[in-house]
Amino acid sequence: MTVNGEAKKLSGDSVVLADFLVQEGYKQGRIAVEHNGRIVPKGEYGQVVLSDSDTLEVVTFVGGG
Amino acid sequence: MKEDKLVIGNHEFDSRFILGSGKYSLDLIDAAVKHAGAQIITLALRRTTTDDAANILDYIPEGITLLPNTSGARTAEEAVRIAKLSRELGCGDFVKVEVIHDSKYLLPDNYETIKATEMLAKEGFIVMPYMYPDLNAARDLVNAGASAIMPLGAPIGSNKGLCTKDFIQILIDEIDLPIIVDAGIGKPSQACEAMEMGAAAVMANTAIATAGDIPAMAGAFKHAIEAGRTAYLAGLGRVIEKGGSASSPLTGFLKN
Repeated sequence: MTVNGEAKKLSGDSVVLADFLVQEGYKQGRIAVEHNGRIVPKGEYGQVVLSDSDTLEVVTFVGGG
Repeated sequence: MKEDKLVIGNHEFDSRFILGSGKYSLDLIDAAVKHAGAQIITLALRRTTTDDAANILDYIPEGITLLPNTSGARTAEEAVRIAKLSRELGCGDFVKVEVIHDSKYLLPDNYETIKATEMLAKEGFIVMPYMYPDLNAARDLVNAGASAIMPLGAPIGSNKGLCTKDFIQILIDEIDLPIIVDAGIGKPSQACEAMEMGAAAVMANTAIATAGDIPAMAGAFKHAIEAGRTAYLAGLGRVIEKGGSASSPLTGFLKN
């Protein structure tokens, strides 16, 4: 799987996005997630099943003008 | 004087100073916002990391309206993608559209900006496009559904001031939306001048971020913007191109 441009091995089959984010230590309330180009609403984190060919973008706010 | 509100997309603000949050310590954001009296603060969106790095949202005081920008976008489609991800973070519908593919001068691409503005306005965003001050492009942005227009004074981060002054004045005179001068404002006096011209608000980041005392400079901008606004509402005195006009009685001392 590619996460924010870097290769990442999934820990097993049928890993759910919500569990993956917890395992990796992302701050749930502070992120937005794009899964294969589609923005995942927060309510769907528990339903999205990840596979090794997926691409994830995990973004947050930073300082900017 | 009657209430003087800045109105953007049906939202009312008392402050006319939009503060950027880039290029300075998170620890100073609270003090900068308070000294600035700002009610709107800009942010950017980037890939996150999994370490325990502090998040900027934890440092912004309550009740402040967040204005995410689309920095990093090189096309209208990328700007729309960034705006939608920002909205997913649950911080409202405001977006500052910024489309740039010129890395030397950081000048905005008005054509792509108009396209992005139209797409985002249709999606219900309150769109505030950052643009090069061109009257035709500004009219297109109005038609595209913008809620305010943000012309640049000088290249981003340059602190060079109101290099585009005459063209911003044209936008102020001809466009029926708030004109918010964004980018390039380096000193409080320049912010004051923009407000005297009739700008609805001023956005500044680098001028504050690169100052010796960040909260103090935020406060200086606040006062300058308020002074300029009051001067604009009061109506500036006239200019005499040649000669003078005595301010004191035109009689000689002790003579009639």
